[in-house]
Amino acid sequence: MSNRATNLLVPIVSVVLGLIVGAIIMLVSGYNPIEGYAALWNGIFGDLYTIGETLRQITPYLLAGLAVAFAFRSGLFNIGVEGQLIVGWFAAAYVGVAVELPKIIHLPLAILAAAVAGALWGFVPGLLKAKFRVHEVIVTIMMNYIALHVTNALIRTVSEGGDRTERIFASASLRSEFLENLTEFSRLHFGLLLALIMVGVMWFILEKTTLGFELKAVGFNQHASEYAGMSVNKNIILAMVISGAFAGLAGAMEALGTFEYVSSKGGFTGIGFDGIAVALLGMNTPLGVIFGATLFGSLKYGALNMPNAAGIPIEIVEIVIAVIIFFVASGYIIRLLLLRAAGKKKEAK
Amino acid sequence: MSFLDILYFIVPSAIFYAAPLILVAIGGVFSERSGVVNIGLEGLMVIGAFVGILFNLLFADTFGGLTPWLALIAAMVAALLLSLLHAVASISFRADQVVSGVAINLLAIALALYLVKSIFDKGQTDFISERFSRYNVPILSDIPVIGPLFFTSVYNTSFFAIAVAFLAWFVIYKTPFGLRLRAVGEHPMAADTMGINVARMRYVAVMISGALAGIGGAIYAQTITGDFGHATINGQGFMALAAMIFGKWHPLGAMGAALFFGFAQSLSIVGSSIPVIQEIPNVFLLILPYVLTILALAGFIGRANAPKANGKPYIKGQR
Repeated sequence: MSNRATNLLVPIVSVVLGLIVGAIIMLVSGYNPIEGYAALWNGIFGDLYTIGETLRQITPYLLAGLAVAFAFRSGLFNIGVEGQLIVGWFAAAYVGVAVELPKIIHLPLAILAAAVAGALWGFVPGLLKAKFRVHEVIVTIMMNYIALHVTNALIRTVSEGGDRTERIFASASLRSEFLENLTEFSRLHFGLLLALIMVGVMWFILEKTTLGFELKAVGFNQHASEYAGMSVNKNIILAMVISGAFAGLAGAMEALGTFEYVSSKGGFTGIGFDGIAVALLGMNTPLGVIFGATLFGSLKYGALNMPNAAGIPIEIVEIVIAVIIFFVASGYIIRLLLLRAAGKKKEAK
Repeated sequence: MSFLDILYFIVPSAIFYAAPLILVAIGGVFSERSGVVNIGLEGLMVIGAFVGILFNLLFADTFGGLTPWLALIAAMVAALLLSLLHAVASISFRADQVVSGVAINLLAIALALYLVKSIFDKGQTDFISERFSRYNVPILSDIPVIGPLFFTSVYNTSFFAIAVAFLAWFVIYKTPFGLRLRAVGEHPMAADTMGINVARMRYVAVMISGALAGIGGAIYAQTITGDFGHATINGQGFMALAAMIFGKWHPLGAMGAALFFGFAQSLSIVGSSIPVIQEIPNVFLLILPYVLTILALAGFIGRANAPKANGKPYIKGQR
């Protein structure tokens, strides 16, 4: 079996194993796994409305996945997507309620604000990594909590003591009557197009520009890149900033499309952490991110149907997602087993 | 309110909030000193909290006042088992340790909530009846100043946590086991050459971290919240991770940092009734531990250096 084929097989095997583990857990805890997965399936593809909502759920996952994947390609682990998403969410919603402008200015401005806020939140760990060699994992985790508390405080200030902002002006909204009519009035919005364009943007940056070449080079080998005359520090900061901008855009999807407001949060949204799963499953490639986001976004939305239709807690899907990450991360052992299985087949022939 | 009154008010509550953080941070010290990054502390704490509460609810009638302590043991075992998963992935399967830790965190909260909903048919458990209770230490609490500060309305669990910190210091710095542990985390190949079983040391270290994180989670749930739901732990594990780093991967440093973070946390909760502090917007107290950790890492508050081989899987025979 070629190396490429095993690389492609690892995510697929992981997904299958994850679903099997989920089935076993359902069985052990006294639920019917077939009913459970049927409910999941119907929750994803049941009718036009659920399909619309599933696509809506996939949208922020695409961008969160891109954010994690982009940083990974430069050798950086951005666990801070969650925090960058939260500040992006707030920034977009704030621009959405603070001013009223013609749509052609207002909407891009709100989206841009989210990207800038996310980029700023990514800049701090990038700078600290470049200047002081501080590991970005810890800094981004801390930045997540800072983002959570700071945006909560800002929301309280903006709403004069309330726990959510006003609804954004229609001129900043991503909602589309056309898409809503198409999907029996789901909340599907134009953000999906933007997210798909961003997938193209990431592909273009990585594959077609000098910047992308340098970023990947730094990801592969910092010393070699330095020796070749690239500025490692500049590339580390840039990678975190661009990654943060993608994450901020994911927040804009929630602020301008799904909810059209921002409310204070008791905990994290989880989208940013699931973005890690999306990127890993997609092997950090733009196309792979589409695959990963589709899978996890669908699972996440479809799970909402499970308590009603089969009486199974929605957390079963989170368990499946965690197990999938676990297996993808342990790719070494799966690869080994696959190779061994392939070797045996050869001997048999 | 005099300054001393404020201290009498704040210090016990700081210690109270710090106790779980100390234990979990010490757990982190063990794991990371052996070279295994453990982002999964949060998840291990979640499982500890859940199992602790569950055990307490199930057996409160059987064991009476002893229940909270026995619940700690149950929580320890459960979290130890979960940490084994992290150990297998990051030591034997050579998985990215941060990714594996993230998976542990997602898995723990999902599994705990899944079980809560399966067992209780609602989003959180009932409240426990047998809690750890506060008491005044006889004689010591009569000492002026020190008595009211440290020995009045305290929990036994706080003393336990501080004792564990000193024990951990002794184990890591004064025993052959500790020397091996540190060697494996700094230079596994050299340790291997000297006949130390790197994989086994790391397994043991990760399991210790799981056990301590489980106890910490159960203490948190049984002293502070009293039930288990999705927001019970809510970042305490990451706070402990921060304490470990702020304490420079040293058990006593981690304890000091945890006490300080406990202080910041209690200020953000009880601060509204204290003059001067109530003028400070709450958000600054809430983000203080995280900001301090970043500053510590950046070297503004003395340089914090991680163990050399932290986060790298050891592959025999590879240079």
